[in-house]
This record gives sequence, structure tokens and C-alpha cells, in this order.
Amino acid sequence: MNRSSTDNWPAVREASRKALPPAVLDFIEECREREHPKSALIAVLHRVQDECGHLGRDQLNAVAQLLQVPTARVYGAATFYHFFRLRPRGRFLISVCLGTACYVKGADQVNRRLMEELGVGLGETTADGLFSLETTRCLGTCGLAPVIMINDNVHGPLKPDDIPGLLERYIQRARKEEAGGKT
Amino acid sequence: MNPIKSKKVNDFYEALLRDLIRPDEAAFRQDRIRIQVGSATCELAAGAGEVLDELKKHIAASERDDIVVREVGCTGRCSREPLLGVVIPGRMPVTYEKADRELVHRVFIEHVQGGRPLYENMLDGPGRQISRREVLFCRSRRCLRPDGAGWERDFRDMLDRSGISREEIDILSASCFGACRGEAATDASTILVRPDKVLYRIRNRSDLEEIIESHLRRGEVVERLRWKLPPLNRSFFDLYGDVAFFNRQSRVSLRNSGVLDPESLAEYVNFRGFRALAVALGGGDPLWVIDQVSRARLRGRGGAGYPTGQKWIDTREPAAENRYIVCNADEGDPGAFMNRSMLESDPFNIVEGMIIGGFAIGAKKGFFYIRAEYPLAIARIQKAIDICREKRLLGKNIMDSGFDFEIEIRLGAGAFVCGEETALIHSIEGERGQPRIRPPYPSERGLWGEPTAINNVETLAGVTGIINYGCDWFRSLGTDKSGGTKVFALAGTIRHTGLVEVPLGTTLKEIVFEIGGGMPEGSEFKAVQTGGPAGGCLPLELIDLPVDYDSLNRAGTIMGSGGMIVLGQNDCMVDIAKYYLSFSQDESCGKCSPCREGTTRMLEILEKISAGRGTRREIENLERLAKLVKKSSLCGLGRAAPNPVLSTLTHFRDEYLAHVDDKRCPAGRCTGLLRYSVDPESCVGCGLCARDCPAACISGEKRRPHEIDQERCIKCGRCLEVCRFQAVKVS
Ligand SMILES: Cc1cc2nc3c(=O)[nH]c(=O)nc-3n(C[C@H](O)[C@H](O)[C@H](O)COP(=O)(O)O)c2cc1C
Ligand code: SF4
Ligand code: SF4
Ligand code: SF4
Ligand code: FES
Ligand code: FES
Repeated sequence: MNRSSTDNWPAVREASRKALPPAVLDFIEECREREHPKSALIAVLHRVQDECGHLGRDQLNAVAQLLQVPTARVYGAATFYHFFRLRPRGRFLISVCLGTACYVKGADQVNRRLMEELGVGLGETTADGLFSLETTRCLGTCGLAPVIMINDNVHGPLKPDDIPGLLERYIQRARKEEAGGKT
Repeated sequence: MNPIKSKKVNDFYEALLRDLIRPDEAAFRQDRIRIQVGSATCELAAGAGEVLDELKKHIAASERDDIVVREVGCTGRCSREPLLGVVIPGRMPVTYEKADRELVHRVFIEHVQGGRPLYENMLDGPGRQISRREVLFCRSRRCLRPDGAGWERDFRDMLDRSGISREEIDILSASCFGACRGEAATDASTILVRPDKVLYRIRNRSDLEEIIESHLRRGEVVERLRWKLPPLNRSFFDLYGDVAFFNRQSRVSLRNSGVLDPESLAEYVNFRGFRALAVALGGGDPLWVIDQVSRARLRGRGGAGYPTGQKWIDTREPAAENRYIVCNADEGDPGAFMNRSMLESDPFNIVEGMIIGGFAIGAKKGFFYIRAEYPLAIARIQKAIDICREKRLLGKNIMDSGFDFEIEIRLGAGAFVCGEETALIHSIEGERGQPRIRPPYPSERGLWGEPTAINNVETLAGVTGIINYGCDWFRSLGTDKSGGTKVFALAGTIRHTGLVEVPLGTTLKEIVFEIGGGMPEGSEFKAVQTGGPAGGCLPLELIDLPVDYDSLNRAGTIMGSGGMIVLGQNDCMVDIAKYYLSFSQDESCGKCSPCREGTTRMLEILEKISAGRGTRREIENLERLAKLVKKSSLCGLGRAAPNPVLSTLTHFRDEYLAHVDDKRCPAGRCTGLLRYSVDPESCVGCGLCARDCPAACISGEKRRPHEIDQERCIKCGRCLEVCRFQAVKVS
């Protein structure tokens, strides 16, 4: 070991590279080539969330190192923007639209029923890891209000009483997929 | 139309036309049957994917090679989607509503193959008949000469006398076709004959006579009266001119939505796409472009209504190394979706608008700032950028004009405040999106300290029309102070939810009751909310208000980005104010205390009022606090957040008083003021409600009347829903 140097960059770099998927690493490289590379922070965080489902501590630290942005700034951005998730999400992500059109047509009743049926609050995930509950503002499908989105599927118009059946369909689907996966 | 002055640029444009528009290609062949399915987020959510899939199966099974399927953007007819359009050469185009697999099957067998349209499933049908031809009269204020209104009636008489059967010819009226230009409009009016796509300029009754004899009787177009230059939105009327919801609108920014395939540059170019860019670059004079935009009286469509030409001058003037143009596609108003629709349905138009803007201010680089919640819009804009780069409409030496320009997309991440321009700049720079004090304005110090013009999506959407058709045309569409049209996202308690584009100055009444179809069965109009969380409510007394920036401001609300929420007697104004305020409170970035603390305190008071624990004193406090927050907040979010409260206090104070004095919610919406009880007379004691009550506050013996413990009841309303004997009462 070379005692005169305190440069641990190669080691940090290596550790950081391990924390991120290859697609994200490539993207960071690409951004570093461009003008104003640090401005790509939010774009990078989007990539990480796309690939990993959420932003974990290791990943945030790695982004800070590789993009050469202070860790505090990375955390600052990750916590400021609602779109970023710092905890893992469930298998099915339920987004309840609380946009104006949905609200006027009773979205809060639908929301309340969802919380009751799932037994979780907003931003939480059920114990079995199946459902996470979030809210969003206007999915751009106001014609179907009130709507909720489960992963990429929009459901609407909904009444509170439609909720149990809808959730059941997703539970069944998960069961089937699991059974299918085993055989 | 404005000419393309430079030969080099003109040659490039002509070559582009030749390269892209191949008359023998399926998309351009007029002898094919074309079936259209929507492909925007709203259409897909409503089930357009299945419709498309079923359609393709049928076409494959029929082994016909004269049928083309086209995926188009959305028309903004939200509550009737998915739409399915059938265009058979020489016949009237037909649009079906609420299509599903079953309807596709029937349409394919009966209409496409059998030639018999299904009247009962037609958009805005049912039961509308289709005649062989339709004559549409322009009924815009501008077209109506003193005796203009009489022409339609005269035409009916003439037609009756001519002996041509009324089954043959239908007479409809439409809003402006966009054919008129300034002074020319005063001496003539315009009619459109569908499905022949012929637009006539008529000056007197004998013109009408000639059209009847020649065109309608013998099928010979009267070339003498024909408008040589097809107007901007004729293609839209060709397809949708029969639908009342559409033909009362003036489609300028939305002219291509639902008409062309948003991913096809060829189709866009076929509708005069990139001609405006050729005019701008070919002229070689950025100041001419700015002058056109200024004289068109285009004002920012993102909310504040600042004159766009002036903004471009402000950005152009300071000496600087770099300049930027940014398209604000953050669309934060939770009740607005017109920007999404434009980005998804006509992306090239926005890209072209931005390149022209970049040229005007002297920028080399532009950014789209799009909210991450709009994945399809992001994908479409990215695709449009890539295609433009490939065709040298972006990059170096665009259209051989010597102008270099690049575009990049940056994503939002779910923070409403990032729509505010200084916060947006911080966000693009990769920081937390917090606003800063203005001045300096972004036009002076914007992205990385350089002059930056920030324009809303719809603002940029207006540019191409102005450059092609001239500033006079655009200005004549609107009011004295604001030219052009505005798109509104109409939603809430209304019959037709959807996008409505009308000239500025159109009255609320026309928008809500004529185009929007008025209130649904059983609802009574109470108010319209405009401007979203930054706006206010307009009561019935103001229904004749012309909608433009200035008159809305005077009435205590704002234009905003174009959200328009209609409220009925079952909507509680206190609840609506609370909804918007909780939105603003939630989205406050926390940088300055009047907004951060003020909105929190205001929300607490509103919550108390809607739970029946408010007092008159607190209404006064609320009002004082609202004025304080409005005056002392740092950015537009805080300064506008009190508007929904102040305007409901102005127009609907009695509702607030009912909540505090009588502990009553007149609309029955504030659940905290409801009281659920069991009527012992009707209760059979089945126990269903007790089992379902989440608060476990219903008790009673089997087959005996049950009772609700008011203390523990959380007013969820479940008991009311489950009881099969109507024994649960609510008051
Ligand atoms: C809190 C807040 C949110 C805003 N959100 C948007 C938005 O989503 N889209 C938009 O174009 N303008 C928004 N604006 C207005 C912008 O600050 C800016 O005025 C506008 O983008 C300028 O473009 P225009 O002149 O073309 O309207 C917002 C302003 C504030 C204060
Ligand atoms: S007014 Fe609100 S949103 Fe604007 S800077 Fe202050 S705290 Fe942030
Ligand atoms: S309203 Fe809800 S909490 Fe109250 S009694 Fe009925 S079911 Fe129970
Ligand atoms: S569900 Fe209706 S009838 Fe049955 S116990 Fe409850 S109130 Fe009585
Ligand atoms: S408000 Fe829910 S989709 Fe628009
Ligand atoms: S075509 Fe009649 S007013 Fe424009």
C-alpha cells in the first residue's frame, strides 16, 4: 500500500459500480460526456428507480460518487421529489388519482376503502409485499373518473364497493403466477 | 400564406415533401378504407388497445388489402372513448363511441363490409342519420355579416324548393373553420361540404343557388367559389364536422389531434408540417418572427398570460454567450390534461414551435421539461426529436439555413412547484426544485445564468399557425388584447368531459352548456372553477362572462393553464376550497414561512369548519390569513394558494355559514357533518351492517333493531350502502 497517497477513488469507484445496474452505469458515463453533467442527477435517479424499483441508500451513495455530486445534494433531491421512492414497493403499485375530476367524483371514498381493505396507509406496503398504496394527481384519464392505476392498468370509474373484487383479482393473479412459477 | 423566401430552404422543404409524401403509400391513398383508433393515454386507458387488436384480427381474417388501420392521437372526447372512425372513400366519415371488441365486430361486418353504418353507436348519436352530403355553415361572430345569419335559413328554403330530398343533404352549423382573414371575413361567409372536403366562400344568395344546382344536384364542384387555400383545420372538420361537441369548437392548437398519426413525420408534413419552420428560417430574420408573434397577440398559455413576443424580445436582448428555450410541460394543475394530449397527439407541432422560438431568440439549445407521470408523452416527444434529427430538422444547418439547434428532454419528478419557472430552472440544473425571488427574470438570468425563454406547451403549439397563416388571422380569432384560441380541460359535474378549444372571448355559457352539453340528469349548475389550485370559482351570475385573461382576473379568478371544473348542487364549496388548499399545502416547497405555515393553518381552519367545529371568528381568521399569505409569499404557488378560499368566501359565503352556524353541509358532502342512524321501524336486525362497520360501532341482537354509537362512528357510510332494507338513514 502506498502510504503517501490517501486517494481511495479506485476502491470507492469499484464499490459504487457494484451498487448500480449496468444500464445506469452506462447512462452516467454518457451524462459525464455532456455539457453540465451534474444537471443529469434527476435523470439518473429516474433510471435507478426504473431499474431497481426504488432508491436505496447504497444506490444513492453510488450515484453521488460516480456523478461527483455531494451526497447531501443527492439525498436532497431524492427526498424533495414525490416521484422518488426510498423504500421498496410491493408487487402491485396502486396509485389512487386525487386529481380534481376524480376528487369531485368521489375519489376520497375510494381511497378510504382501499386503506381499509388493505390495512395500510398511504405510502405503505402490505405485510405480504403484494400491494403498495400511493396517490397521484390526474392520470390524464378524467373521463373515467374516479380512477386508480394498478401497475400500468387504469381502472375506472370505480365505486368503493368495487374495491374488494378488484383487489381479489390481483391476489388471484399473483397466486396463479406463483403456482405457474413453481411447476 | 406567408412565403418561404430563401431558395435553399425552399429546395430543402420541397425535397422533404417529395421524400416523405409518397402518394402510393397506404397512409396517403385516398382509395382505401381507413379505420382510425386512438392511441393516447386516455384512449388506451379506456380500452383502445383491445379495439385495435380486434380490428387487426378482423382485417387479417377478411383478407382484404384495401383497408388501412391508423392509430391517431386523441380528439379530447374523453367520456366517450375509445373512439373508432371509419372513413370509406366518397362516403361520410363515421365516428363510433365507446368501442369494444363486440362493437368492432359489428362495425366491421355491417359497416365496413356491408356499407350500413350503425346509427345507434355513433358518437353523439344515437339515432342520428347520415345523409349523403352535409353542408356546414360557419356561425362564428366574425363570419356573420349583418344578413349572414339569414343565409342558413334561406339555404334551407332554396333546398326545399329545389326538390333535392332532405335525406340527401343535411344542414349543420359549425364554429370558425379558420378560413377567414381579417377584413375578408366581413364581406363573405364560409361553408363546408362534407364528405367532399370542399370549402366555399359565399358572398350572396346566388352563390348559394349555384352550389345547390351544380354541386349538390349534379356533383360538380363550383371551382369559382372554392377556397383555394385549405384552412388550417379543415381536415379536422372533414373527419369530425358532424359531431356537435367538435363543430362548435375552433380547432387550432388541436387541429391535428385525432386526425394524424402522431408518430409519423410524413403525415405531419402532409398537413403542412415544418412549412412554418421553412418560412421562419427562409426569411432569415428572427425579429420578423418575433414581430409576427407579437402582432398575433399570442399570450402565454401556462397561466400568467405574458405576451410571448415580448418574452422573446426580453430573452434576445441581453448580451450572452448562450441562450435557451424551455418548453414547460410540467402540467401541474391536478384537473388539467390538455398539454398531455397535445404532446401525445401532435408532438411534431410542439417541436416545430420550439425550433422556431429557438431561432427567434437566438438559442442553440432547447429543453422539454415533462412531468414523469406522462410516459407516453415523453416517448412521443423523444421519437419526434429523433426523427427530426435524422431528417435534418434538428442539429446542424437545419433545412440548409445555417441555423443549428438541439433539443433535450428533462423529466420532472412529481413536484407541482417545479412548474414555476425559477423552480423549473433549478430542477433542470439537477437541484431541488425550489423557486427564487424574481427579478432577475429567467429571460435575463435563467438556466446556468444565461437568458432563457420558458414557454408553455400550448403557447408553442400556437406558433406554427401564426407563421404560416399570418398574425392577422390569429389575432382576429381572439379578443382585442389576446389573440387566438384556448384549450380547456372540461371535467367535473358535466355531461361531456373533454378538451374544448374555443376563441378567447367565448362565454362560459357557450363552453359549459353548449359544447359541454350542460349538467347531467338530476344535477343543477352551481359554479365553474378555473385556474386549478391558483384560481377561483365563478357562480351562475357570471355565466355570460367572456373567457379571457382580463375578464377572469376581474372576476376574481385566473385563466390558469385551462382546467375547468364544473360543480353542481351536490358539490360543497367549502370542500372544494379545502381540496385545493390541501393540494397547495402538500406541494408547498417549504422555503418561505408565509406559504409553508400559512397554508397549514388555513387548512386546519377549513378542516374544523367542514367537521362542524368551526366558528364565525374562524372564518374571519381564515380570510385574514388568506390575504396575508397572498401578499407575503415568495413565489406564485403561495401567492395564489389562497385564491380558491377567497373566491368561495366571496361567492358562497352562505355555505361557509351553514357549516359553522347550523353545522350543516348543504351539499351533503362534508362527511364530518353527517349523522348515520338506524330507523328501528325498518330495521329487521339482519346484522349485515354491524359485520361490515369498520369502527365496530353498530350493535344489536339478532332480529332486533340495531343501533349506532355516534361517538365512535367514523361516518364512512358503509352501513348505508350495505343495508338492504333502507333502514340506515343519513342526515
Ligand atoms: C406553482 C406554479 C406552477 C406552475 N405550473 C405550470 C405548469 O405546469 N405549466 C406551465 O406552463 N406553467 C406553469 N406555471 C407558470 C410558469 O411559471 C410560467 O409562467 C409559464 O410556464 C410561462 O410560459 P407561458 O408564458 O408560455 O405561459 C406555474 C407557475 C406556478 C407559480
Ligand atoms: S411560496 Fe410556497 S412554494 Fe413558493 S417558495 Fe414559498 S414555500 Fe415555496
Ligand atoms: S358510518 Fe361507518 S362507522 Fe359509522 S356506523 Fe356506519 S359503518 Fe359504522
Ligand atoms: S343492515 Fe339494515 S336491516 Fe340489517 S341490521 Fe343493519 S340496519 Fe338493520
Ligand atoms: S383527475 Fe383523475 S384522471 Fe384526471
Ligand atoms: S371561417 Fe367563419 S369566422 Fe372563421
